[in-house]
Amino acid sequence: MAKRMLLGAVAVLLVIASAYASFYIAPIERTMGALQKIFYFHAASAWAGMDAFFVCFVANLLYVWKRKASYDWLAVSAAEVGLAFTTVVLITGPIWAKPAWGIYWTWDARLTSTFVLWLLYVSYLLLRSLIEEPDRRALLSSIFGIFAFLDVPLVYGSIRWWRTQHPQPVIMGGPGSGLEPTMARVFFFSVLAMHVLMIFLIRERYLLEQTSSEVELLQREAEAV
Amino acid sequence: MPTALRFENIDKRYEGLYALRGISLEIAAGECVALAGRNGSGKTTLLRVASRLVRPSAGTLSFPEAATPSAARCGYVAHSTMVYDELTAEENLVLFARLQNVEQPAARAEGLLREVGLYDRRSSLVQTFSRGMRQRIAIARALLHQPSILLLDEPATGLDPHGFSWLAQSLRNLSASGCTIVMSLHGESEISALATRAVRLDAGKVVADTKSGASLHSILSFEGA
Amino acid sequence: MSLLSNTAVLLGKELRTEFRSRELLTTTAVFILVVLIMFSFAINPTAEESRAFGPGLLWLAILFAASLMLQPCFLREQTNDTLSSLRLAVSDPFAIFLAKLAANTFFLLLTELLMLPFFAVFYNIPVLPQLPYLLLILFLGSLGVSVAGTALSAISAQARMRELLLPLLLLPILTPILVVSAIVTVKLLDRDPVVEWKGIGFLALFDVVFLTALWLFGEYLLEE
Repeated sequence: MAKRMLLGAVAVLLVIASAYASFYIAPIERTMGALQKIFYFHAASAWAGMDAFFVCFVANLLYVWKRKASYDWLAVSAAEVGLAFTTVVLITGPIWAKPAWGIYWTWDARLTSTFVLWLLYVSYLLLRSLIEEPDRRALLSSIFGIFAFLDVPLVYGSIRWWRTQHPQPVIMGGPGSGLEPTMARVFFFSVLAMHVLMIFLIRERYLLEQTSSEVELLQREAEAV
Repeated sequence: MPTALRFENIDKRYEGLYALRGISLEIAAGECVALAGRNGSGKTTLLRVASRLVRPSAGTLSFPEAATPSAARCGYVAHSTMVYDELTAEENLVLFARLQNVEQPAARAEGLLREVGLYDRRSSLVQTFSRGMRQRIAIARALLHQPSILLLDEPATGLDPHGFSWLAQSLRNLSASGCTIVMSLHGESEISALATRAVRLDAGKVVADTKSGASLHSILSFEGA
Repeated sequence: MSLLSNTAVLLGKELRTEFRSRELLTTTAVFILVVLIMFSFAINPTAEESRAFGPGLLWLAILFAASLMLQPCFLREQTNDTLSSLRLAVSDPFAIFLAKLAANTFFLLLTELLMLPFFAVFYNIPVLPQLPYLLLILFLGSLGVSVAGTALSAISAQARMRELLLPLLLLPILTPILVVSAIVTVKLLDRDPVVEWKGIGFLALFDVVFLTALWLFGEYLLEE
């Protein structure tokens, strides 16, 4: 138990440390001022969310190939964690953007893809809730998950090449877009912190799913007798 | 006698519960096997696994005598007719004959319609058929590719005495021509009398087999605990 | 080749069944019409706005109609468990998908063509001059809708609340089709028409990606 909580403690410490670094170590950005510092947290969360979805995708492929329930547990855990991070990104983004840029939202490639990605994984979880039988649920949701993940680059491409006609404010810029060295270091530290948090959350959720599957199995066996 | 169908340690689990557990059976070519058991004992699942519609959770199914994979195609008659209500009897049979690359599909369909006594209703939509006629078209469909193994799931359900005699005679003819038959039944009848072997299932396991000495009568008439 | 001959036989069955009753075609066509009209009520566009918005609304109507039209695709195979007899009879389960998606593409195209005159009239957009390119775009877009829709229809048929589930699964997945088809159609039907080959290529890419995914994973959708 103590060993398990160690990862959680490390994750929390890293997040706190990265927050400290964002506020006190990173220099103040020229145009946006202190408001820009939320970028470290926000963009790092977006990356962590995207990587969680990638873990889900890999778990889906592994399940279809190997058919072990543990891959399904990993898939649902990663999907939920990814969705949590992405929800935070989508909510904090507009709240921050309004005072900074004067608009809540813009349909640029990144934001739109993020939103569609969010929708797809909400649908993924919804689909799971509507299939009773565990093996069928795992298989069908895995295939939908694969389709959904394959769709994301297509969504991104379609918006990037056909929807960016009118001038778009580059909200928060890309991570590599001329970040001054200290900023870059703080940013990557934030990314690290978020990823450690992501791994911790996925593992906790996985263990929860594992236990709940076993309980369900025992319940059914008891009912059958 | 060569083995037509072999189950080796077949398990099938749904929602974690075993529908079939450790089923090991060898069915010789030409045998006529009666499958007995209460509702829910696994008879339907066993037949669906044999037809390869259902993938076992564990164990292997093999057809030692089959030279090619397509030769291992069983004929399968289930609770549903597995034909299209909105097509005519003839259209249905021609469709399935063509899918299975049966030679001269139209002629074969016609021949089977005559055999099962549906020739004068060949241009009627199946949705107009009575229960007995539906059973006949289902059997005709199963026989299109002249399978060497025929699987029937409670084939006598809903048949009137006339239909029943017809079924018994058809099975008698098929058995005489060397077809291996596995049919699930309730109780003893003119049809069960055709059986050369009987197997009883209970809670997904084989609990009695005439091959191990039990009598046909005891297996088929056994009711209750 | 067995896959192609199986597909041809099954496609024949799908077409024969539909043309006997024509229920899917008529309801889909009327639905597209109703949606197009309701858009006009909701938006009340000027002539210039019609030209700019119209094609996008047409594609939206097609997507909504398709998400309803694709519901029965695998549900009707559950009535008498004909899905099982098909699985037993065909050599490659992909034939079942191929036949259905071909049929669905064809039905969608047919309803779109039926609706084109109404679209042209209500939105004051001449379509005849660009008909060949328009057909190409309609074909590639409808193919994409059918491929994704047929696959997802097989999934939703095995879940609860399937009537609501299919649109929910399908519409987000079809975002690229909607975005690109709408823009390419707008450009095509503009006063100075432009054929956006990049967009047409993108639609084809979507079709190839999902067709390949369906080919790889389709049989698992039918498994028991």
